[in-house]
Amino acid sequence: MEFQAPAINIAIILPVVIVAGFGLVLMILDMLMEDELRGLGPWISLGGLVLAGLQTIALWLGGSYETFIPVGGHPMVVVDGYAHFFNMLFIITGILAILMSMPYLIKADIDEKAEYYMLLMFSISGMMLMGMANDLLLIFIGLELLSIPLYVMCGIARPREASEESAMKYFLLGAFASGFLVFGLALLYGATGSTALPVVVENFTAGGVIAYTGLAMQLVGLAFKVGAVPFHMWTPDVYEGAPTAVTAFMSVGAKVGGFAAMIRILAEAVPQESAPIWTTAIAIIAAATLILGNVVAISQTNIKRMLAYSSIAHGGYILMAVAALPFSGDAVSASLTYMLTYMFTNLGAFAVIMMVEKSGNRGVLLEDYKGLSKRNLGMALILAYFMFSLIGMPLTGGFIGKFVVFQAAIDANLIWLTIIGVVTAAVSAYYYLRVVFYMFMFDGQGDLEFSPAMMTATTVALVATLAIGFFPGLWLNLARTASLASQLLMAGG
Amino acid sequence: MTNSIVLTLLMSLPLVGVVVILFLPVFNNQTDFNIKFVANATAIITLLFSIAILPLYDMGVPTLQLEDTGSWIDALGVTYHVGVDGLSILMILLTTFISAVAIGSSWNGIDKQVKQYYIFMLLLETGMLGVFLAQDLFLFYIFWEFTLVPMYFLIGIWGGKERVYASIKFFLYTMAGSLLMLIAILYVGIQAGTFNLPELIANRELYAGAQQWLFWGFAIAFAIKVPVFPFHSWLPDAHTQAPTAGSIVLAGVLLKMGTYGFMRFNLPMFPEASTNAAPIMATLAIIGIIYGAIVSFAQTDVKKLVAYSSISHLGFVMLGIFSLNEIGIQGAILQGVNHGLSTGALFFLVGVIYEQRHTREISEFGGLWRAMPVFAVTSLIVTLSSMGLPGLNGFVGEFSILLASTGSDALGDSPWIYTAFATSGVILAAIYLLKMYQGVFMGPLDNPKNQALRDMNRGELAIMLSFLLFIVWIGIAPSIWFASMDATVADLIQNVVMMAGG
Repeated sequence: MEFQAPAINIAIILPVVIVAGFGLVLMILDMLMEDELRGLGPWISLGGLVLAGLQTIALWLGGSYETFIPVGGHPMVVVDGYAHFFNMLFIITGILAILMSMPYLIKADIDEKAEYYMLLMFSISGMMLMGMANDLLLIFIGLELLSIPLYVMCGIARPREASEESAMKYFLLGAFASGFLVFGLALLYGATGSTALPVVVENFTAGGVIAYTGLAMQLVGLAFKVGAVPFHMWTPDVYEGAPTAVTAFMSVGAKVGGFAAMIRILAEAVPQESAPIWTTAIAIIAAATLILGNVVAISQTNIKRMLAYSSIAHGGYILMAVAALPFSGDAVSASLTYMLTYMFTNLGAFAVIMMVEKSGNRGVLLEDYKGLSKRNLGMALILAYFMFSLIGMPLTGGFIGKFVVFQAAIDANLIWLTIIGVVTAAVSAYYYLRVVFYMFMFDGQGDLEFSPAMMTATTVALVATLAIGFFPGLWLNLARTASLASQLLMAGG
Repeated sequence: MTNSIVLTLLMSLPLVGVVVILFLPVFNNQTDFNIKFVANATAIITLLFSIAILPLYDMGVPTLQLEDTGSWIDALGVTYHVGVDGLSILMILLTTFISAVAIGSSWNGIDKQVKQYYIFMLLLETGMLGVFLAQDLFLFYIFWEFTLVPMYFLIGIWGGKERVYASIKFFLYTMAGSLLMLIAILYVGIQAGTFNLPELIANRELYAGAQQWLFWGFAIAFAIKVPVFPFHSWLPDAHTQAPTAGSIVLAGVLLKMGTYGFMRFNLPMFPEASTNAAPIMATLAIIGIIYGAIVSFAQTDVKKLVAYSSISHLGFVMLGIFSLNEIGIQGAILQGVNHGLSTGALFFLVGVIYEQRHTREISEFGGLWRAMPVFAVTSLIVTLSSMGLPGLNGFVGEFSILLASTGSDALGDSPWIYTAFATSGVILAAIYLLKMYQGVFMGPLDNPKNQALRDMNRGELAIMLSFLLFIVWIGIAPSIWFASMDATVADLIQNVVMMAGG
């Protein structure tokens, strides 16, 4: 029998290959290099991400909608507008996270330089796989690739106990969630005879209860990753204990990655007729997430813990759009827009927080922000702007995100959920504004340290949040084009 | 339709001041002076500009004028659309006037973070102008929410002892209401495919089925802003804690955004629902009138007294609006202006005395007539205007509203009951205001701390005289003021009655 080489178009998966490849290079360099040269780690990874970003843009502009077919059968990877959009999100998250990590690791006395960036690169490649995967198996691989480096990164500030505890908790609960995901995968495979999403959707109804159970377990696994209630328990401790740069990275990257896969599965692997069942479940989870995240955040005194609950709450808003998926043509682009604005705003807020933080995990209490405006009016205003964006005040990116998500939810006739969304948004104003009034309305010793890399990250995030807030048209079109140039709607609609 | 740039220009003028102030350094008293100077100049130029464009405004035309449109967010069907008509022209003038006065009155009172203060004041002015000019729901909502931010900082940084509590309460209350309005806006937008107000009004059958809900979505947001009883509890805190200029702007303009919202959005977009809700809204208005008056009577703090009196006065405005006839709406608009003038002036006067004594307790004063004669005379005129004395502005507005409620078709078979209760509010106003005046100005000058008080200086007097000019003008010759809104109001009422009746 003659060997038939499968038709593989490496070019279309080049972005993820580049990111993972640079991760491998860093791994080898870390072993070979002298100590001084290991300082190049962040620059090498930045280079890799920029390269991957350029390749993504080239593919996106080329308008390619291609599938990566391994050996016959169904494509495991789909490189559509949706995937391009997420790839860009993850690459930007990675770039900003590296910029923030460079000064932060020095400040926090964390020594494992090249190792840290290698882990970061692998985690990003996992996220990218989540956005491109068209097969349950690949989603699982992407999730593990995303998570395992994160477990290590959380604990990288050892011997600080909080960091080790954070890593341990994240790992134990994360492994448990992966178990759910795999079990769900097995059940879906058993019920439908395939792990490829296009086949799963065809045989889903025939799969009956087993298929539904499998889907539910998959959703539990992903809900854990995005920190949706009631699978959020790990979030506050892990966010608080992890080095802040890691917290920033995972509060955006891991969450967005989870949603990338969740939306892909729900839009592609589940037939339209079962929509009422799962949307009800997602809507209830969204409501619980919104209420719990926003209400519990009020009582926090540690800003990292507060932002942990806030990030749970933001997951709730994205879930609102997910619940609207089968009923509103705008739901996908709404969730993409929300994630875009959340990425810039949250990373920007964390950048300022890292500048306020002092070595030894000090300077992370709300008290430490007292009087910041008197010393650094500019930075206080910038952090205030990010807080207003997280609330969703007009003329910030956050407003546009909330606006389109509410629009999609109303379009899908989820009025009750929208009311919960706006009421909890009003509640959230309380705890975000607390940061603002500590900075502006009290006297105190609040101060911060600048560094060029951190300033660059802050500026990028600020400019992007402003741009989305004032000129949303461009970004909305971007998200809409991305969601239209995908096969999500073909199955869903 | 021809585009006119003047309104956009008007809105941008305060922003020019903001940019200039941003680049002024803060080092010493000299630069503080520069900042104050630029801020005052900006506010006055904006005021003059708003007066200068009046000849362009044609009182005979009921529809929007001086419109400026442009595409903004095509993806959402959002346009940039500003315009002015009879409902908003007086509000624009009130805004530029009150802003100029408020900024002028801060010259001595504000001594910390001067630069930020004036930036927030000017941003607030742009926001308020935007609220009154926007003719696109999305644009309106942006300005509406935007005004919260500068006001939050003004109360929170430069306010009194409980400023943090008051500022956050103000912010949360208003925002909760606004977000409910956002749901209604989104619903209307999705159903009609546009956020442009004139188009929405023209195509109101597209969302008419849900109008009973939509009406309340908008109404709660506006009712909190006005505030209509029982949504008023943020107001006394915000007023007492805000700096003098903050109170002037809050009472003078921000509350009018609520009443304006009812006229601009609720009535033309949801006429049937408005007619149905008229008895409820009018009842709440009556409760507000009497409740505000009674609670005012019990206050020992002058500023709190004035704050509660606002609830009472705004009750009249609400009664006028939901009388749903021409004279009612006209009276409501004019009474909004009157309240802005009288209450703004009262807050200013309270500020003058507070700067010297750092107290506002009525019992601390008494006999001030002797120590500060000019202050006492101007205070008397303003107090009488707030009471609704014939010949001054308050009378004209209140009288129109009472008249309107008697003849209102929307308020059931015996609308005179509303009138009767509202009239008792006029009497109560006389009681609490005269009690305050008596306590502060009459009697012996027996508190030694009051004997050395200085009378108003020239700057303060100039500000007071500008208030008095309008207080007397509207009182004596109200016809030109009514004429400015006549055509638009007639058109609006005709539409409401036609829709609700047919």
